Amino acid sequence: MIEAFNISKYFGDKQILNNISVQFEKGKNNLIIGQSGAGKTVLLKCLVGLYEVDEGHIDFDDRNFSSLSFKKRRSIRKELGMLFQGGALFDYYDVENNVMFPLNMFTDMTEEEKIHRVNEVLKRVNLENANKKFPGELSGGMIKRVAIARAIANNPKYLFCDEPNSGLDPKTSNLIDELIAEITVEYNMVTIVNSHDMNSVLKMGDHISFIHDGKLWWQGNKDTILVDENPELNAFVFATELTKRIKK
Amino acid sequence: MNLIKHIGTYLLLMRQVLTKPDRWRIFFKRLVTELYAIGVDSFGIVAIISLFTGAVVAIQVAYNIDNPLLPKTLIGFSTRQMIVLEFAPTMVSLILAGKVGSAIASEIGTMRITEQIDALEIMGINPANFLILPKLVAAVLINPALIIFGMYIGIIGGYLVAAFTNLLTPADYIYGIQLDFENFTVFYALIKTAVFAVLIVSMAGFQGYIVKGGSIQVGKASTRTVVYSSVLIILFNLVLTQLLLT
Ligand SMILES: Nc1ncnc2c1ncn2[C@@H]1O[C@H](COP(=O)(O)OP(=O)(O)OP(=O)(O)O)[C@@H](O)[C@H]1O
Ligand SMILES: [Mg+2]
Repeated sequence: MIEAFNISKYFGDKQILNNISVQFEKGKNNLIIGQSGAGKTVLLKCLVGLYEVDEGHIDFDDRNFSSLSFKKRRSIRKELGMLFQGGALFDYYDVENNVMFPLNMFTDMTEEEKIHRVNEVLKRVNLENANKKFPGELSGGMIKRVAIARAIANNPKYLFCDEPNSGLDPKTSNLIDELIAEITVEYNMVTIVNSHDMNSVLKMGDHISFIHDGKLWWQGNKDTILVDENPELNAFVFATELTKRIKK
Repeated sequence: MNLIKHIGTYLLLMRQVLTKPDRWRIFFKRLVTELYAIGVDSFGIVAIISLFTGAVVAIQVAYNIDNPLLPKTLIGFSTRQMIVLEFAPTMVSLILAGKVGSAIASEIGTMRITEQIDALEIMGINPANFLILPKLVAAVLINPALIIFGMYIGIIGGYLVAAFTNLLTPADYIYGIQLDFENFTVFYALIKTAVFAVLIVSMAGFQGYIVKGGSIQVGKASTRTVVYSSVLIILFNLVLTQLLLT
């Protein structure tokens, strides 16, 4: 379980996150939603330590992550995978070596074991026969899938995804959602996903945190989100034509 | 004030760069790649620059000591001294600041804006060390080799002047370039080169690493790298010359 205790984050004088306390459980898809600029990415980056929180702290399974130094955080970082908004694949390496990267850095597997593991996870994300391609030669959906494969290659306990399906067509984005939802259960990970796609929210939202104005405005799940009366939440949920019609 | 802040950030970054690599095997792999990218790919440009510079230096020296009292061998001697002491180390390093420095800055800057550096950090890898150290070590190792190569080519450039003009005879030239040779001059050139290599790569790494924004900022970082590292090379050239030669 990942827990945030009263975290706040400022950029200059501007407060981006305001006293957020939230828990993310294992084996569940924890979604963070909110409109663009609400602070979802900042929250995710605070959780993984790319940004330092100004107040409060974050625990990974009762280990106080925020108080640790860069070196000491390493033991926790080996256990986490992250999918960045743009994929963040390494341009130096082809698909195979991108996915193998965490294995090279953190395990003592033999070359054969590594190749085996790489092919296993690439198969898991339905991306076979692309091993030798470079990031520049991949489509957006393929990049996301390679990034997922890299994130899960070393059997992480925690998976972070920043808008895994932004910029993808509905079908591919569905596939990505399903993939994340499935591997979360399969690997029994704490998965935290940033999204503003209502379709994914309704599909995979085991736990949903709605961020508004830098605050944790509402929490619930994919069932309660449709019936709640919170006006700001409703404004977000029923913003699209599709959801408006569902509401009717 | 801003300058002091930047120097501080630079020094902090260098402290992260100069740590023990996480995995030596991966470090050496990256080192080999960088030796190629920084060094081997630069031999062509160094050869061209050195050949023509050597020739021009020889011609200019010949015109300037056009005095019957001065022996023609002096032309070879002066050409060699100028190439070894100044043109090979400083001029070639300035060219490399343009070629290698801008490439490194834009490479690392792009990795910054596409979150590749964040991805490394997330995994618990020290990105500054992982990305910059192999380049730094590669440049310090290969740039001196490039400079030695440049010296030879420069001296050949001078020889071609002797062979194809009647400013002096090849025999005079050959005799001249062997006159009063001191090993220390080459040593001095190599020290300069190594210092310039550190300046170029660390400035490029620094400018790339701190990029914020998009492709425009990456372009600016790469320009700043060339401008700042060239100025630093010129400055350090004076300081080192003063320290080592007087
Ligand atoms: N490095 C930064 N420095 C200063 N301000 C920042 C920084 N990163 C984000 N912000 C600000 O924090 C706020 C929240 O940004 P964030 O990227 O978290 O939004 P988001 O919810 O992820 O939006 P989107 O859905 O568009 O990705 C924005 O107002 C943004 O301008
Ligand atoms: Mg975002």
